[in-house]
Amino acid sequence: MKFLEENLVAFDVEVSSPEEAIRAAGNLLAKGGVVEEGYIEAMVRSYHENGPYFVLAPKIALPHARPEDGVKEASVSFISLKHSIVFGNTANDPVQFVFALGASSSEEHLTLLKKLMLLLNSKENVEKLAEIHTYKELHNIIRGNDQ
Amino acid sequence: MKILCVCGLGQGTSLILRMNVETVLRELRISADVENTDVSSASGMSPDYIITSNELAQTLAGTSAKVIIVNNYFDLTEIKAALQSQLN
Repeated sequence: MKFLEENLVAFDVEVSSPEEAIRAAGNLLAKGGVVEEGYIEAMVRSYHENGPYFVLAPKIALPHARPEDGVKEASVSFISLKHSIVFGNTANDPVQFVFALGASSSEEHLTLLKKLMLLLNSKENVEKLAEIHTYKELHNIIRGNDQ
Repeated sequence: MKILCVCGLGQGTSLILRMNVETVLRELRISADVENTDVSSASGMSPDYIITSNELAQTLAGTSAKVIIVNNYFDLTEIKAALQSQLN
């Protein structure tokens, strides 16, 4: 299980479309060895087929695909965007934070989602995400949750 | 009472929604059978309520279930207000 580890996180990423944003977050998972390359395009395909429903909250997108699309290990990556991008979700656009989810069918999947909810159910934490630019700062927010 | 939380793939998003819906139901002391699934399976099921996003609600127009829309899946206050006003 890999949750927002240092090599899975990038700040102020420049992209010009939802597809690029999904690929940027997905590439971190592929480079980290936790998903296969094909999983990235499966996430983009899901966006095209099912629409931007995965923009779950204001500013926050959680793209993912299915475990059988090439997940090696349950995982979550994160990118913050230098310039927000419109995904087409009227309630929650524009997107500034992208959490790519390597969805697995294991028990770890549930643990990861709970960690993510602990982080994002808090409005204060989401506000802090807009102000941070380093892994250390992100780590401090996550550590604050665990205490 | 059967409640179905629906997303595109039934893997991540609907599970997050389900967990937050269960938390709210516990606070409201309402007992219900809550499940999560993807949008294509949802049409073959017959829950009393479907909870989903505005985007997917359009796709579920044919369902006999009452559809409750949640915009912010991480906002327990919004989920609570939506459930309180729609559940009867």
